[in-house]
Amino acid sequence: MALKIVKPGLATSIQDLGRPGYFHLGIPQGGAMDRLAMRAANMLVGNPEEAAGLEAVFMGPEIAFTADASVAVTGAEMPVTVDGEPRETWTSFTVRKGQVLGFGFLQKGARIYIAVSGGIDTPPDLGSRSTYPIGALGGIEGRPIEAGDTLPVGSAPLVEEGRSAPAQLRRMPGNPAELRALPGLYWHRITEAAQQGFFDDTWTVAAEADRMGYRFKGGRVLEFVEREQPFGAGADPSNIVDGCYSYGSIQVPGGTEPIVLHRDAVSGGGYFTLGAVISADMDLIGQLQPNTEVKFRRVDMAEALAARAERRQMIEKLRQELA
Amino acid sequence: MAEIQSPLPGTFYHQASPGEPPFKAKGDAVAVGDTIGLIEVMKTFIEIKAEAAGTFADYKIEDAAPVSAGQVLAELDG
Repeated sequence: MALKIVKPGLATSIQDLGRPGYFHLGIPQGGAMDRLAMRAANMLVGNPEEAAGLEAVFMGPEIAFTADASVAVTGAEMPVTVDGEPRETWTSFTVRKGQVLGFGFLQKGARIYIAVSGGIDTPPDLGSRSTYPIGALGGIEGRPIEAGDTLPVGSAPLVEEGRSAPAQLRRMPGNPAELRALPGLYWHRITEAAQQGFFDDTWTVAAEADRMGYRFKGGRVLEFVEREQPFGAGADPSNIVDGCYSYGSIQVPGGTEPIVLHRDAVSGGGYFTLGAVISADMDLIGQLQPNTEVKFRRVDMAEALAARAERRQMIEKLRQELA
Repeated sequence: MAEIQSPLPGTFYHQASPGEPPFKAKGDAVAVGDTIGLIEVMKTFIEIKAEAAGTFADYKIEDAAPVSAGQVLAELDG
């Protein structure tokens, strides 16, 4: 069983839940930007949650099937077709040998996840099939898929058609989107007015938004607390002596445009980070289109942990629904 | 009247780089595969190509304006 890529879409890549454990060596955890959607797609077709599927951003690919398979498409809302006939998202359906899976124009969200029964069976690197193009790890030769590629798929029985994830267990950002953020180590570097302004202002997703990070523009320029820059830090007040970055951390080079680091981000550098978007809301970033309005909402650690627990419960409910 | 739709969200540009003339002007002949504009997204510029032939009528979106997927970018006559 294999998938033949007729049209690749835009930077469509093989992703699973990622390769945690190497960030201290500079290798990001990678994996699906919207992990809930990736897990759900796998559950719908009877795969283990950590099986590899496809992540397509803004545009769907066109894929011909060499054998029968169960398929589910989750994440963004985008019309799905099999040989031109419509299919439901977040719902399992069968694609027969020789049929072509296609997509219409994106309606809502940013990334779709395509799971195929058996999972994509390319060789794992460091325990994951996730594609990390900058490090040439995972996927097909470490790159996004291209027209003419043949993706091997593991063998697995088909599941029944029409298995569906309940609407309340699907997650999509609102408009404006709200991202909860926790102030961090370098919060003291900006003035109280700037701290307030960051949460008061409405930001807009910039064109520079990808798997490494999402840039936001349109808010006020941050004002820094004056200091003599320490030895080893750059001259700009947004510089620090190099430090570690976490998944979700918010750096603001020059104090102008915040960047939230995502799955394929660098692990450290010389910009201060004012805090981090909480882990429970990182999936939502993966579904933001450029020019979407965003508000950051301040939370404390208790609220961040409660949100994480709530998200875990949501995944558990999905498991129960689709067991 | 044929419409050229944006395949993806981003920022639409009428010309290859600032200061250059637009790819097409009213009355220009358009062949299948001709580039009529660019969409910038994720640090990438994607060429928008005509999928039908005709005569260029007009851009329906301002230069450097944000667009969503499926939005009509330009119209062709005939």
